Amino acid sequence: MQAVSEKPFRPDLVAVPVVLLLGTVFALIEVAKSPDPLMVIQAWTFLACMLGISTFFLRRYAVGLPDEESGPYVNDVVKAGVIASMFWGIVGMLVGVVIALQLAFPHIFYFSNFPFTNFGRLRPLHTSAVIFAFGGNVLIATSFYVVQRTCHARLAGGSWAWFVFWGYQTFIVLAGTGYLLGITQGREYAEPEWYVDIWLTIVWVAYLFVFLATLWKRREPHIYVANWFYLSFIVTIAMLHIVNNLAMPVSLLQTKSFSLFSGVQDALIQWWYGHNAVGFFLTAGFLAIMYYFIPKRAERPVYSYRLSIVHFWTLIFIYIYIWAGPHHLLYTALPEWAQTLGMTFSIMLWMPSWGGMINGLMTLSGAWDKLRTDPVLRMLVASVAFYGMATFEGPVMSVKAVNALSHYTDWTIGHVHSGALGWVGFVSFGAIYCLVPWLWKRKSLYSLRLVEWHFWVSTLGIVFYITSMWVAGIMQGLMWRAYNDFGFLEYSFVETVAAMHPYYIIRALGGILYLAGTVIMVYNLWRTIRGGVSVAGESAALNQTLSVQGA
Amino acid sequence: MERYSYEQIQAFAQSWGAVYFMVLFAAVCVYALWPSNKRKFDEAARIPLEDDEASP
Repeated sequence: MQAVSEKPFRPDLVAVPVVLLLGTVFALIEVAKSPDPLMVIQAWTFLACMLGISTFFLRRYAVGLPDEESGPYVNDVVKAGVIASMFWGIVGMLVGVVIALQLAFPHIFYFSNFPFTNFGRLRPLHTSAVIFAFGGNVLIATSFYVVQRTCHARLAGGSWAWFVFWGYQTFIVLAGTGYLLGITQGREYAEPEWYVDIWLTIVWVAYLFVFLATLWKRREPHIYVANWFYLSFIVTIAMLHIVNNLAMPVSLLQTKSFSLFSGVQDALIQWWYGHNAVGFFLTAGFLAIMYYFIPKRAERPVYSYRLSIVHFWTLIFIYIYIWAGPHHLLYTALPEWAQTLGMTFSIMLWMPSWGGMINGLMTLSGAWDKLRTDPVLRMLVASVAFYGMATFEGPVMSVKAVNALSHYTDWTIGHVHSGALGWVGFVSFGAIYCLVPWLWKRKSLYSLRLVEWHFWVSTLGIVFYITSMWVAGIMQGLMWRAYNDFGFLEYSFVETVAAMHPYYIIRALGGILYLAGTVIMVYNLWRTIRGGVSVAGESAALNQTLSVQGA
Repeated sequence: MERYSYEQIQAFAQSWGAVYFMVLFAAVCVYALWPSNKRKFDEAARIPLEDDEASP
């Protein structure tokens, strides 16, 4: 009621509709004029998203400003981010299981009548869904939560936060459906074409604006270390995304574009992006989660705040990661000095990585007993252990002598998944297990026993996955380089493929177990949100409203 | 525009690059370990532990 009488001017309520309107106009032009049938499908999808988001905003603001936007903290968009994370997590992991089964049993899971089920289209769908859809939503949701709590300030920018959320989902839908249609620019982890890239840039700038504006109006003089990590993640991803995607479309009415770079320069740009997407999206962003959620859950401050400062600046400001990309291009046409540089910088990464790992683990000192009773904390700590393992293994693999054996083999896949499933997955699950009871005002999770089940089932899945890929990868590398007495290759390529069969089956089993763990989590969270365990002392009516909101 | 040879750039990067990183690292360590910053950092470390549902 107060809001109605003295309503301050809200520029975001003009700017956001303008952006949506421009998006709608662009979609309509493409629908009407494009000669490219794939572009027409993408344009219809985009149009549906724009209209859906517009409807959402109209419903949200039709009856006046929501109470939440004048309250202490904004929670709704964080809740939406948590739900979206779990949804995309299931989708991405399920697609992963499907492509693992395609590799293990190609005669059963290869459907030549359905081109959209081809491995080449499903594989980027899997990587983008788990990294950008699952991981990205986790990062956006947790960053919006953490920046408010650690700055003691409400999320800035009003409706921009919701624009970021829905705009990001639009990006995911366009990218994912595009892959299935066969639209790709063939750049690792950056497959979406030029128009999707432009849309993501708009969304990302809005994200940066919301985050910076919240930091700007903070009431806490010090900027907590987690926010430094989030900020570096947002800024660096913006830079990487823009440079890597510099391209010239064939026409503004067609999906296809050509990169501004060519040859070895293009390869270097791609891996400069590709590796730093790992470095800043999958590492810096999730380290921010570690620095907030582990202290919070363990109820003790981070082991050494000074170490966290050194960790941050060595990892980010010295831009070590920025130079590590060439280790993906060892023994290629890339100049020798650049390869050596990439290897050297990768080795240097041991220092900040292990500094961060020690800081995360030692936060538990004096509270190690909590690992026995709290499976959520155990999940968070296990994730840091996997971070340590993966960041030890990575630099080893970047050494030229090791890379000569490991490159192009499934060892790389095993390495990626020990980081992705163990570190990124577990730290995200731990954070979400913490967030759901806090956000929906529940006393605790519905069941800690189910968290135990999730933890052990998924851990077993990871073990199956990474050990099978280690064995398979090393075997593959050794078979490729084996010569007979006459100097000919010992094995034909197809023999090395046949030898992989049992390991592919074990890997698929690992993936299924990991997915099963996530399904257990979704059930647990759903029961928590529905109100299995609620805050004692709250009135029944309030509980009902909360569970209605949650459902 | 004056052009530099690969060797010149390499020599520059190998010497001054190393100095740049070492100076930067030293500066970070000095900032992190400076005695008068200790109280500030100890307080900052407790930020996540404060009651978060209290109004800002």
